[in-house]
Amino acid sequence: MELINQAEVQQMIDKLKDQDLYIHLEMTTGAYAAHHDSTKHPAANFITNASIRYTAGSISGNGPYRVGLKMNQGWIYTEGLTHFEQADTDRLIMAGHDSQGKLVVALQLSREPF
Amino acid sequence: MEQNILVVLPHPDDEAFGLSGTLAKYIIEGAHVTYACLTLGEMGRNMGIPPFANRITLPTIRRAELEESCKAIGIQDLRLLGFHDKTIEFEDQPKLDGVIAALIQEIQPSLVFTFYPGYSVHPDHDATGAAVIRTIQRMPAGERPVVQCLAFSKNCEQELGKPDVYQDVSMFMVQKLNSIQAHRSQFQAAELLGKKQLKAKEVEDRFGTERFWTYTFE
Repeated sequence: MELINQAEVQQMIDKLKDQDLYIHLEMTTGAYAAHHDSTKHPAANFITNASIRYTAGSISGNGPYRVGLKMNQGWIYTEGLTHFEQADTDRLIMAGHDSQGKLVVALQLSREPF
Repeated sequence: MEQNILVVLPHPDDEAFGLSGTLAKYIIEGAHVTYACLTLGEMGRNMGIPPFANRITLPTIRRAELEESCKAIGIQDLRLLGFHDKTIEFEDQPKLDGVIAALIQEIQPSLVFTFYPGYSVHPDHDATGAAVIRTIQRMPAGERPVVQCLAFSKNCEQELGKPDVYQDVSMFMVQKLNSIQAHRSQFQAAELLGKKQLKAKEVEDRFGTERFWTYTFE
């Protein structure tokens, strides 16, 4: 994973619009959040291989970045993205890592199931 | 002592801190160990620093790390059961129990290691332990293997009492540290050992004893 290059991510968002895609969307505080610190509230969710299609999308911010994808009847939104997979030219693989390197959030789009 | 040991844990690396030394010790003594790992830990948060893994490559990377860890310990038989990380508590119970029952039937272990259900913090740990206990509970009392459990919830000693099994693994630090370090996407050396190299004595104090609770069946 490399630090996000905003222009490259925007190109991929444009390349993947107006087509049926599979999404992996995830956010997590970690399964051990409350074990390590009882004041923390453990929360996580993920959805893998749901079908989506968006008509417009963009990446914004100065890092960590936000991505918004506008669908016919709704939105997909992610905040906190820091890294992307530069070598992957068919899929958009993005994640947000905290200062310890741990994944906090992920947004992935692909024409094929993950 | 020749015996078959079955280890049932949900994530690659669950073996490293808690029982790699104990397994290495049993193996040196002649035991045959089968490690059934339920998932590939594909939802793990650690991707290395800087991140060399991502959500897509993580399962492949963790599988290789697990294989390396097993080699370091001397584990002869690794079974990857193909369940999905974070989902064990939601799995079809008869299916899950059936897979574990088939393993016990095949391997005929005299000793089984798993997590103590309810005292193992991660929902996958608790659900894995619960499945093992349910399955063995169904066996005739005289045929049940001994089950020794790992537990590390804050309240485990308060509710379960002190562990009844203490394994001195100070002679097996090489295997144990190699097992831990095999999981390089998960455990960063700095986080694990501090910035400086620990002295042998410090390593032994921290990792030299492994503790288990023997499960009492009704």
